[in-house]
Amino acid sequence: MRLLYFAWVRERLGKAEERLDPPVTVATVGELMNWLAGRDERYAHAFENAKVIRAAIDRRHVRPDAPIAGAREIAFFPPMTGG
Amino acid sequence: MKLTIRLQREAFDAGVEMAAMTRGRTDIGAVVTFTGVCRADENGAPIKALTLEHYPAMAEAEIARHVEEACARWPLHGVTVIHRYGRIEPGEIIVLVVTASSHREAAFSAASFLMDYLKTRAPFWKQVETRAGTDWVEARAEDKAAAERWSGAPPEVEQP
Repeated sequence: MRLLYFAWVRERLGKAEERLDPPVTVATVGELMNWLAGRDERYAHAFENAKVIRAAIDRRHVRPDAPIAGAREIAFFPPMTGG
Repeated sequence: MKLTIRLQREAFDAGVEMAAMTRGRTDIGAVVTFTGVCRADENGAPIKALTLEHYPAMAEAEIARHVEEACARWPLHGVTVIHRYGRIEPGEIIVLVVTASSHREAAFSAASFLMDYLKTRAPFWKQVETRAGTDWVEARAEDKAAAERWSGAPPEVEQP
């Protein structure tokens, strides 16, 4: 699946997007964040406070318990500050 | 119904956009505009500029969904939302919302609703540029509370 990162999540990871296929045991957005946090130090730093990070699946806001099966694009970002 | 949604890097003229809403129309009795402008300070400290990062495809979809919801809640004749991204200096416009209706209540409410949602749900992130470097702007609890007052609330529609 395609993963997108914005704002300080992107800065901490040093990349704006990538393609990754998590193991099938990773079922939800929250579990995906946990799995990402365990990849290396950069990911651990970016996802250390997972509660504040928001997610979107295929361009719609979702909660951490949202299933990721079938998702084409998952984005992670801080709370929004537009307007 | 006249709908305009634009995300753009370039500066724009809010007066031109407002005039475009009413041109050739005689059914519109009320036009409300909200213009968000870049201040020269953030939390009391001077800033040189703001840079807005955004998630283009989702921002367009999310704004369109909220414009659609505003049109379902209030009897509107037109909505314009223009949001800039990229580097913006103090005094420049960041965002414009124009709502048009037959009467003022619907136009005021819809403009307020759209701005509250843009602040908390549209995927944009502001970074301030100061003499010391750059910092991400933190989301404000007041903005979240302002957006929450619309969830589940009955539409405030003016009776004819």
